[in-house]
Amino acid sequence: MIVYTLFVVSLIVFAITQILPADAAVMMLGENATKEALDALRQTMGLDAPVWQQYATWLWHVLQGNLGTSLRTGQPVGPAMFEALGRSLLLAVFSIGLMLILAVPLGIIAAIRRGKVADIVVSLVSYAGVALPEFVTATIAVLIFADWMKWLPPTGYVPLTENFVDGIVHLVLPVCVISIILIAHVSRMVRSELVDVLHTDYIRAARLKGISSGQVLRRHALRNALLPTITIVALDVGYLLGGVIVVEEIFAIPGIGRQLIVAIQARDLPAIQAGVLIMAATYSIVNFIADILYAWLDKRIQYD
Amino acid sequence: MTEFMKRLLKTPQGAIGILLVGLVMLVVVFGPMVAPHDPEALSPLSRYKGPSLSYWLGTDQYGRDIFSRLLIGARATVVMAVLATIAGTLIGALIGTASAFLGGRADELIMRTIDAVMSIPSLLFALLVVNLLGSSTINALIAVAIAFAPGMARITRSVALSVRKQDYVNAAIARGESSAYIIRREMLPNVVAPIIVEMTIRVSFAVMLFATLSFLGLGAQPPAAEWGLMVSEARRYMHLSAGILIWPSVAIAIVAVGFNLLGDGLRDALNPRT
Repeated sequence: MIVYTLFVVSLIVFAITQILPADAAVMMLGENATKEALDALRQTMGLDAPVWQQYATWLWHVLQGNLGTSLRTGQPVGPAMFEALGRSLLLAVFSIGLMLILAVPLGIIAAIRRGKVADIVVSLVSYAGVALPEFVTATIAVLIFADWMKWLPPTGYVPLTENFVDGIVHLVLPVCVISIILIAHVSRMVRSELVDVLHTDYIRAARLKGISSGQVLRRHALRNALLPTITIVALDVGYLLGGVIVVEEIFAIPGIGRQLIVAIQARDLPAIQAGVLIMAATYSIVNFIADILYAWLDKRIQYD
Repeated sequence: MTEFMKRLLKTPQGAIGILLVGLVMLVVVFGPMVAPHDPEALSPLSRYKGPSLSYWLGTDQYGRDIFSRLLIGARATVVMAVLATIAGTLIGALIGTASAFLGGRADELIMRTIDAVMSIPSLLFALLVVNLLGSSTINALIAVAIAFAPGMARITRSVALSVRKQDYVNAAIARGESSAYIIRREMLPNVVAPIIVEMTIRVSFAVMLFATLSFLGLGAQPPAAEWGLMVSEARRYMHLSAGILIWPSVAIAIVAVGFNLLGDGLRDALNPRT
């Protein structure tokens, strides 16, 4: 499954970069290079081979862990991309953590107090959350917390290993911005799942047995209502990766999103190929793990 | 139809959604006619003005009237988003129905491929397509449509499959109705409803995706009054006047919330069980 996904993604990525109006040889030697020099370079780079042969060579190299050489910097793409991925994952993990801490309790409160003030407040907040794209919330957040209040630095990235406190301070705004949309979406999902579960017969049976409502919620309702959240969070990783691109660009975080934007603007084909492949792989692996986790937690589902 | 409208207006989401979307549509149609100022007229003497009688929402970094720019930019932002969503839905519905109809191995292959395409974040996909075709509004439209197609295909397929299994379809088959009749009268009306709901909600995503593309410099180009581009341009001057940043953001939010609410309202109104 994952293998097929990555195979299709590699085809798409290779097809797109093939159609891109960028000639790798011209990019490396400049516009004024002689035709002989260009031809010689194309030959050494294998650019004169048929497309399928180029694809096979590229795929073979990727499978061996060689993602190619950047046309822009002349450095191998792989190490740079994975280093950037590490910084992005840090951002992503903090965002998902913050989201879970806030979204799950919000959803539970809204479901228990269905139709009451708390429910309406949570749903208003979630509508507001999905209404603004990341670049708008990020810009407004910088204006308020960095420009006006001067509480937090507007942009930049400090490695946690270098200066832990400073690193965390630089991560606060980006993490908050990324998690807003996730919180809005997941809290709504938790609410609707829990509302459905609370209307089932086994919950009614548990109540009739005389178990306290707190016990019913903890031991019967939440276990079933929170399971689908795993799948939803895994699918949201797609949004998360998209949001990471924008947020890294705005906050000048040297993660994989920013690497990709730079690569796309410079038409650095090997870097684009590697970046997209790594992002798709991240998404597939997260969803694969989520499926396994789900089957492990829910004994009714069995995968062969 | 009137009964349906009544049901839609009875839900708070539906009522507010209709109100906001109606307002946005009015601006799209009549906005450019009622705009008090030329959206691209520069007036260096009245830059960074706050709201006043002459400039309702103030002026931007070049002294252009923000209100007029928003009224005119509505077409660039909203119409494009709606068109892109419709195009993406049509492509997706076609693939999804074909997949559900073919079934078996072909269905499996198509859906696995769709899953693979969906593993590329839609923003990244749109960025790649726009970069491939060159940055312009039409190319951004194509990019968003292509980015939406796989998701819509998945939804259409699952809806079509579940409708196919319903008793009323089996009853129609047992009555000896023709396939054309069953597809047209029994299946289509029930497949279309959830797709329209999903489409309405997706318009708000499309608005945000368009704005994000413009923000990253790959959609509309200056001096266009596209809302995402306005936010992007405002970034460098926002500490001089917050208005140039706030108002286009509010406009984007109104459209996104409006279509989201309308979609939720439609879902409730179309589903009599809840």
